[in-house]
Amino acid sequence: MDVKTWTYIIVGFSFALYIGIAIWSKAGSTKEFYVAGGNVSPIANGMATAADWMSAASFISMAGLIAFAGYGGSVFLMGWTGGYVLLALMLAPYMRKYGKFTVPEFIGERFYSKTARIVAVICLIIVSVTYVIGQMKGVGVAFSRFLETEYETGLYVGMGIVFFYAVLGGMKGITYTQIVQYVVLIFAYTVPAIFISLELTGNPIPQLGLIGNADDGTPLLQKLDNIITDLGFGKYTTSVMGSKLNMFAYTLSLMIGTAGLPHVIIRFFTVPKVSDARLSAGWALVFIAILYTTAPAVAAMARLNLTEAVNNRPYAEILNKEKLESNKKYKWISQWEDTGLLAWIDKNNDQKIQYSLGTAFEGPPNFKENIINDKVIAERNPNVGNRIISNKPTNNDNELYVDKDIIVLANPEIAKLPGWVIALVVAGGLAAALSTAAGLLLAISSAISHDLLKGIIKPSISEKQELNASRLAMVGAILVAGYFGLNPPDFAAGTVAIAFGLAASSIFPVLMMGIFSKKMNRQGAIAGMIAGMGITLLYVFQHKGVLFISSTSFLGNMEPNWFLGITPNAFGAIGALVNFAVAFAVSKTSDEAPKEIQDLVENIRIPSED
Amino acid sequence: MENKLSSQERRKAYWRSNLRILAALMSVWFIVSYGCGILFVDTLNKISIGGAKLGFWMAQQGSIYVFVILIFVYVWLMNKLDRKHKFNN
Repeated sequence: MDVKTWTYIIVGFSFALYIGIAIWSKAGSTKEFYVAGGNVSPIANGMATAADWMSAASFISMAGLIAFAGYGGSVFLMGWTGGYVLLALMLAPYMRKYGKFTVPEFIGERFYSKTARIVAVICLIIVSVTYVIGQMKGVGVAFSRFLETEYETGLYVGMGIVFFYAVLGGMKGITYTQIVQYVVLIFAYTVPAIFISLELTGNPIPQLGLIGNADDGTPLLQKLDNIITDLGFGKYTTSVMGSKLNMFAYTLSLMIGTAGLPHVIIRFFTVPKVSDARLSAGWALVFIAILYTTAPAVAAMARLNLTEAVNNRPYAEILNKEKLESNKKYKWISQWEDTGLLAWIDKNNDQKIQYSLGTAFEGPPNFKENIINDKVIAERNPNVGNRIISNKPTNNDNELYVDKDIIVLANPEIAKLPGWVIALVVAGGLAAALSTAAGLLLAISSAISHDLLKGIIKPSISEKQELNASRLAMVGAILVAGYFGLNPPDFAAGTVAIAFGLAASSIFPVLMMGIFSKKMNRQGAIAGMIAGMGITLLYVFQHKGVLFISSTSFLGNMEPNWFLGITPNAFGAIGALVNFAVAFAVSKTSDEAPKEIQDLVENIRIPSED
Repeated sequence: MENKLSSQERRKAYWRSNLRILAALMSVWFIVSYGCGILFVDTLNKISIGGAKLGFWMAQQGSIYVFVILIFVYVWLMNKLDRKHKFNN
């Protein structure tokens, strides 16, 4: 069977499972819709949290980011896992003790202010919507690349599946599908990793392969360092991202951003008691760590594999050899040209691929195509077979354009793994995108139906009406997400990092102060959230353009203009500091929180009643 | 009245112990990630673990393992504390 048939079978089977669960787990009350009835076991919730949290970006892009950043890519690994320690120790148990449905609800009650609740809803919606756009795009791209459908068709199918289980089942449906999605995605991620580790190091455990020896007896990482430094790249094991200070700030931003993501926090409302919330965070990190410790191994091995597979080898030889060896099954190099993730420009006309430091040509690859009988035919070099591009070559030796996403997506093919493994990777990427999208959509819809409608606009509505409203809000949220997926705004590329910056600078500090400072009052909390979010947005906009339109950037995205050399993506930690500082300063100028609020705080600090 | 006071004190003592546990665990959290993974990475890179430099390994592997252990140690310590102060029902 070919890869495409396998992909249809495996993706189709996983989708059938999600729909089956949706029918089985229909939500009958608001408690089921918002918190899955509140009786999910800690391990099950840990697994659902892992899928909720690991997005299309974690699954598809992270290993690629690390592969090309080397040591500097560690910020993603430490940042996105260390945040769980913060969440487990500083937020999850107390949020569970508070024991209601949404994050803005806590903020509104703790700071005895509808304004605080509305500000929190706005922060939540900005964070979650920016995040969900990336997931919808991921679904569309996966479909168009692997099932050769139109991007739009893929997006509609994805929206349809999420619609089914999120609207019917709410948090209950989402929880059980997320558990299945975790199993699909972790299997899809680790199977190719095991094969590649075996091939390169002889060790089936990628985590051990990473510190093991390559087939020639030298340590894998040392071999990688040697090969890529010969080609002009920086050393894999020591390349810093920006500066140490930038790495520090970036890691901190990702950690507190993770802990402040509302769709992750609400997962801890679904377990029965406080001690379960603590344990559940531990299990969530175990399940996440399985992927996050595999990713750096995949990154280093794939970088080595890719470099060795292409550098200084004739293009035609790679193409023909693949054809001969595997009975035409894996024409990976030409296939990846077709997906736009790889392009080659033969600058010195030696018909060999030279891969070294520098961009090969200006802009993203622009492949030449001819239209014959209404069909688009790719224009290929008649002698060698590569696709011809019309980009202007740059003035360096590098001839190869490689998109970082290729590391995870093409790795199984470069390593000549069987077709079903490749199909599995597609199903895994889809599971990662759908599970995160569903969690985000629930956070958005519950903020609208529970916080805005029931909490502020019309508190008199019955539970039945609220449940209907929450379903309607979910439909609305899916349509908005779909709209942005179809018409991605300019800023779609950098959105996930920005979402973290905003969560870090607005939501995390206010929750922490709500728990750890009894006296913090509403004036401080509101001023802090606005200041933290405001300065982060301002910093991002002044360097990347207002709403990411680069012509409106007033300082330019240039290193000398960065505050202490901190990149806009890493600025959330500074925003959080500003949030804390403003909140404390403002709270000192007004009365401390009233007695009943201080009693509420004392109450959430202990795990059960006396 | 006496009963209420002792309940107040019990809560206070519980919270103080909780903060102490948090301070200890967060110090470890800071040392393994920001310390070993970023600030002192060059020094640690002089040592190797298998075929990898220790600083690099801490940043990409070791810190994550320690994070997992930290949460389970936290669970264990807090469950013990809950029992001690009878907040475990």
